[in-house]
Amino acid sequence: MARDSQAALVALNRFGFGARGGASGDLINAASDPRGFVKAELARPHGVLLEAPGLQSTPQLGQAVFAYQDQVKQAREAAKAAAEAPSTQAPADQKPALRRNLSLNAAAAEVAGQMADARPADHAAKPEAMQPNAAAPPAAKPAPQPLNVIQKTFRAEALARLQRATLADCGFTERLVVFWSNHFCISASKGELARIWAGAFEREAIRPHVLGCFADMLRAAEQHPAMLFFLDNQQSLGPDSRAGQNRKRGLNENLAREIMELHTLGVGGGYTQDDVTSLARIITGWTFAGRQGQLGVPGSFVFNVNAHQPGSQILLGKTYAQAGLAQGEAALADIARHASTANFIATKLVRHFVADDPPPTLVARLRDIFVKTDGDLKALAMALVDSDEAWKAPLTKMRSPYDFLVASGRLLARVPEDPGTYLNNLNLLGQPLWSPAGPNGFPDTSAAWAAPEGMKLRLDIAAQMGARLGNNIDPLDLLEFAAADAASIETRRTIERAESRQQALALLLMSPEMQRR
Amino acid sequence: MTMIDCVENRLLTSRRGLLLGGASFAAWAYLPKFARAADGRDPRLVVVILRGALDGLSTVAPIGDPDYAGLHGSIALTADGTHPAIMLDSFFALHPAMPEFSRMYREMHAAVIHAVATPYRDRSHFDGQDVLESGYAGPGRVQSGWLNRALEALPRGERVSSGLAVGPTTPLVLRGNAPTVGWAPVALPQADDDTAMRLVELYRHRDPVLATALSQGLQLDKAASGDDMKPKRGNAAAQMRQVARGAAKLMAADDGPRIAALTFDGWDTHANEGGPVGPLAFLLGGLDGALAEFENGLGARWRDAVVVVATEFGRTARINGTDGTDHGTGTIALLAGGAVKGGRVISDWPGLKLANLHEGRDLKPTTDLRSVIKGVLQGQFGLSDRVLAEAVFPDSVAARPMKGLVA
Repeated sequence: MARDSQAALVALNRFGFGARGGASGDLINAASDPRGFVKAELARPHGVLLEAPGLQSTPQLGQAVFAYQDQVKQAREAAKAAAEAPSTQAPADQKPALRRNLSLNAAAAEVAGQMADARPADHAAKPEAMQPNAAAPPAAKPAPQPLNVIQKTFRAEALARLQRATLADCGFTERLVVFWSNHFCISASKGELARIWAGAFEREAIRPHVLGCFADMLRAAEQHPAMLFFLDNQQSLGPDSRAGQNRKRGLNENLAREIMELHTLGVGGGYTQDDVTSLARIITGWTFAGRQGQLGVPGSFVFNVNAHQPGSQILLGKTYAQAGLAQGEAALADIARHASTANFIATKLVRHFVADDPPPTLVARLRDIFVKTDGDLKALAMALVDSDEAWKAPLTKMRSPYDFLVASGRLLARVPEDPGTYLNNLNLLGQPLWSPAGPNGFPDTSAAWAAPEGMKLRLDIAAQMGARLGNNIDPLDLLEFAAADAASIETRRTIERAESRQQALALLLMSPEMQRR
Repeated sequence: MTMIDCVENRLLTSRRGLLLGGASFAAWAYLPKFARAADGRDPRLVVVILRGALDGLSTVAPIGDPDYAGLHGSIALTADGTHPAIMLDSFFALHPAMPEFSRMYREMHAAVIHAVATPYRDRSHFDGQDVLESGYAGPGRVQSGWLNRALEALPRGERVSSGLAVGPTTPLVLRGNAPTVGWAPVALPQADDDTAMRLVELYRHRDPVLATALSQGLQLDKAASGDDMKPKRGNAAAQMRQVARGAAKLMAADDGPRIAALTFDGWDTHANEGGPVGPLAFLLGGLDGALAEFENGLGARWRDAVVVVATEFGRTARINGTDGTDHGTGTIALLAGGAVKGGRVISDWPGLKLANLHEGRDLKPTTDLRSVIKGVLQGQFGLSDRVLAEAVFPDSVAARPMKGLVA
């Protein structure tokens, strides 16, 4: 069978996470049957699920946060009491000063033996066993703080995701996971619950439906505690609900607006402010059980009838008269099948995989399939791979930082054992894991990822990888794994002429063949 | 921005976030019980590998050779002018960016060996570095390095205990069965200028959008147009000093490593190499500073120390069309340290007449670099001819250890 290395690059880089190095044979396999190589993963829908030892469910994780918060609170109170109590033990001039320097976290650590991290990211790389002592030239290192349960969970979830992406054959389904996870994004920076739930949200609400039905993913995402917390729906009360009448608080439209604007219909998708308000009322009561467990298992999705706006609502011209939870589920099911949703999703998918300026014929084809199949996401993915447009379009899309780092790890055949370096580098490159700046997720155009500062930092990171890992590699072998004869002569020469293996690796990782997809 | 502060802070506490720029350091994990402990010497050896192929004719210039000035053209060193080279004897002159080495030379603690090369005769950096560091006669042997195999031949003493952390990488020269440790200074990760320039050049041919973005990101617009080649990124010279300072401090400790290897990158001067001033001068200044850091940092231990500076091969005798030099063969090795019998340029000078050049283009090597290194290993640690010829540099009987390098 004829081998087509250029088509292999499309298969591996446009659809997947890039060729693995070592003895994977990825490039040769992809070149022999490019479309088959990509589609192979679509035949294994259960392969999208991610279960790893130690990864817990959303309610379990919610309970862990509640317990941790209780510990911190107790520690704070204990510290406060100790500070107020007349001291007979310590010298008077020392103790108050010491107490003033005691942060909440340090106080918590005293009692709970744990250390909270108020910084925006819990991404410290795992400290090595050996450390320079004070006699060594570098400044003596502060003792590493033990990670709290939230940080540990975030890192474990990140590691599981990174390992899966690194080990996947082509990585198409993992790319789809990243796409949908970013489409229905939550942000870990919202708070402790969001941070501990970020990975579970993806595993529970996104992965089971990546090759399933859009309406199911929509419902799973909007009913997930992480989403309800991220977009404040747990605070939203129907004005005429029992709780709404008892309190000063009322409707919060945040989730309802983002459902229509970002998750389904899209801006200009034919909804009005009245529709936003209606949907907000319809989904009042969608929340999760708190630490007391009055509504259900703490940390699980519950429908709180006391917060729900009673009565029927008109949404997008249709009347929803159902009672309780069914009202919102019916509304979501209809929005999921709306023509604007079909168009919005088709456009976004094609833009993500094919080109910033998506070919209209392909968008139209995917839109029709979405409508015809009632949002069958596997059929959509299949149509994308079957389209000639996706194979003909030049590889002009810029790899996102996440794509770039994963692709580099795959090429170097290094399975991550610690997520620290990845998380640090994602922070540096402006794509902190599961932590986009807003509910619209990370950008999906080349311009966003090919900015001057980003490129400079990418080069620094590539040089770092070169310095650390270039020692044991043959850069020309790696180029063979990555692109074979689809590599440009200029790229090949640049790598051949590098002054060291380390430099050659940095240049390979930064080459257009590795940066574009 | 707090995120960056946070990341920097992480770098301080994380070995994995470290980048050494163009330098790395690794050392042996044991205090050797030297055969020469009887006479009170406590020898130390530092091997500095310059990656990229150092232009020996620009570093120690054969000013007395009638063909030198013509071949090296616009970048040739001269004994006069605004930046005169430093005459080491009546024939060879040292680059003016190396005053510290010049002083050591005058104090008889530095020596130059000229027209040296490993047995490698092709022009690939990767293979050339493999040969230089592995100690084998040909490329493709990358399991262990000669320095590690020399260590294996030494009696093993106490384990080094000065709290070393594993560095980013161990150079091949020190890889192998003998256990090593490493240390890397905390440095903000920055790619060096040379790597950045090469990438911009690749992008200019293949990806103009990325070329523009990266150039702007690097603020290399002026440098990329070729009218200002001053290095601006991760200051390589400062990094060399920093790494040497740290390594020296570690090695000065009573329970610190006695043997170490460092690598400095950036010597592949294909274009705009510069003469007495310019990019090469800048790097040589860094190397000179690093040698001074070893002298200062080792303190009283400098007396028993030898620093060997070597590179994979030399560069063309004649400059190319872009005021640089291409891959060549013969070059220099430098020795510095209190234990060096210095004040000499050791060379069986082949001359620079066309007929005398290797393949009509390169300085012809007349000394096997392995002889130089063997001489140092023998002088410092008393390794036998046989161990050196069989274990350390396999199949190298013909390259006899050079005598009298070490006091």
